[in-house]
Amino acid sequence: MSRLRSRDLVINVPGRSDGYSLNLTIEPGQTWGVLGPNGAGKTTLLHTLAGLLPARRGEVVLDDTPLKDLKRRDIARQMGLVFQERQDSFPATVMETALIGRHPWLSPWVSEQCEDQTLAEQALEALDVEHLSDRLLTTLSGGERQRVAIATLMTQNPGIWLLDEPTNHLDLHHQVKVMNLLQAQARSGKAVFMCLHDLNLAARWCSHVLLLYTNGDACWGPADSMLVPSALEKLYNQKLITVEADGAPIFVPVRPGPTP
Amino acid sequence: MIRPLLSLGFLTFVAVVLALGLGSVTVPLPEIWQVMQGEGSALNRALLLDLRLPRTLAALATGGLLAVAGALMQVLLRNPLADPYVLGLSGGAAVGALLAMLAGMGTILISGSAFAGAMLATLLVFGLAHGTGSWTPSRLLLTGVVVAAGWGAVITLMLAITPSYKLPGMLYWLMGDVSYARAPWPALAVLVLSVVLIMPLARNLNVLARGPLQAAALGVSVRPLEWTIYLLASLLTATAVTTAGSIGFVGLIVPHMLRLVLGNDQRIILPASALAGGTLLVLADTLARTVIAPEQLPVGVITALLGVPTFLYLLHRSR
Repeated sequence: MSRLRSRDLVINVPGRSDGYSLNLTIEPGQTWGVLGPNGAGKTTLLHTLAGLLPARRGEVVLDDTPLKDLKRRDIARQMGLVFQERQDSFPATVMETALIGRHPWLSPWVSEQCEDQTLAEQALEALDVEHLSDRLLTTLSGGERQRVAIATLMTQNPGIWLLDEPTNHLDLHHQVKVMNLLQAQARSGKAVFMCLHDLNLAARWCSHVLLLYTNGDACWGPADSMLVPSALEKLYNQKLITVEADGAPIFVPVRPGPTP
Repeated sequence: MIRPLLSLGFLTFVAVVLALGLGSVTVPLPEIWQVMQGEGSALNRALLLDLRLPRTLAALATGGLLAVAGALMQVLLRNPLADPYVLGLSGGAAVGALLAMLAGMGTILISGSAFAGAMLATLLVFGLAHGTGSWTPSRLLLTGVVVAAGWGAVITLMLAITPSYKLPGMLYWLMGDVSYARAPWPALAVLVLSVVLIMPLARNLNVLARGPLQAAALGVSVRPLEWTIYLLASLLTATAVTTAGSIGFVGLIVPHMLRLVLGNDQRIILPASALAGGTLLVLADTLARTVIAPEQLPVGVITALLGVPTFLYLLHRSR
């Protein structure tokens, strides 16, 4: 059970004034969705929270320790990240990729044991990619690779899950499956924090929402108080129609009318 | 995981025995055995212990050093085309050694000067590629290639102003030749120690091969690890170059072939590179001694003839 906080945090988006500083508290059990237009700094925020990018101002605190006072290995045991873009310069199988997640838990002299293998298999199974475990990553489709990346995070099994657009490339069924999995992880005591582009996924699965504006402004809070049409229309500069279905709001863009 | 290493170890052994037995005079297996036991004729003892064994061990060490250095550079740059020769490390070492030869220095100073040259080349490439911006692999590779071309020009310049009686020794050294190597033990020690020391870092290297951000997110302290690999690879290259001159492409072909067969787990690839690189150079040197016997070719000619088509094939295949 880990808690991630940001104190007066200003992320370093080049060429942008400081805007609003972030004082977030991401608690175990919460599922956060970060919404914002392209270039608003969602990925930068995620990388800053993970300690991979320096903040312009303020700090990130894991439990009660500032991130900069922690060793990378100790951070990696408590916090993991699914990247939006991945490098695969060398061929690697799906199983090898998932097993990489055990790295922070193993001492340098020890190689992966049976239980690490089991954890990786369970994660691959949860993401419906266990049948691909001997395939090379380069031979998979974008959606399959995305699921392998999430399975790697699941194998890493940190308390805090950061995900950069986890539903990218996924078909509808697997979008639902991944969102359900993330929600289940949160209910079992993890803290989940993800960037999303799909308002409707955020509305159905996120308990908390952070709106990130292009000019650096931000507001955050429980999902139902944040997901109001006026705020979202300002966020995306796009008129929206709101309907309700299955207990959650659905946002649909207004089609531009015929030009007079 | 152990089995491929055992098979490679056996191959290495066979190659060494072959190298001892073959040459302008063939020494049959029973006689090699006798000499190793401390018996045998005085001629055979001199031939094997004073001539062929040091040379074979020097080839073994040099090949291993270059292959491990190549494997490390490839992970560091996340580019299978990286290699100490391509990146200009060998060139820097060659300039150092030629300067010492030109000044008429002794063997030890030539070694020291080559070492200094390799380290200077290292710092130059990484310093320039780092610059003010990020440390991207393609930028590093490009810097290395350009700096290597620079070293080539310096070498040509030095050869042009060298008095002709000094030229043959320099040229042989440039082409890469183990025939003058008399003390293989320091190089072998550096190789064995480096491989033992790098093994605990091998899983870190596997993670680094997935990119620096992913590695950092999985608990690797990326910058210190990158510097460690870089310095180690430079040390390995410098040791190889001081032992046998500049021999190209072993660092390129050996790790690549091994990755094709064994996958990309550095815990296997690094020790396997040491064995396979050593074996390749021992065999190449045996070929160099026998193909136009009693004349000898520099071993660098054989590795380059093997390496150039392999490099081109790799480049052709990689988009």
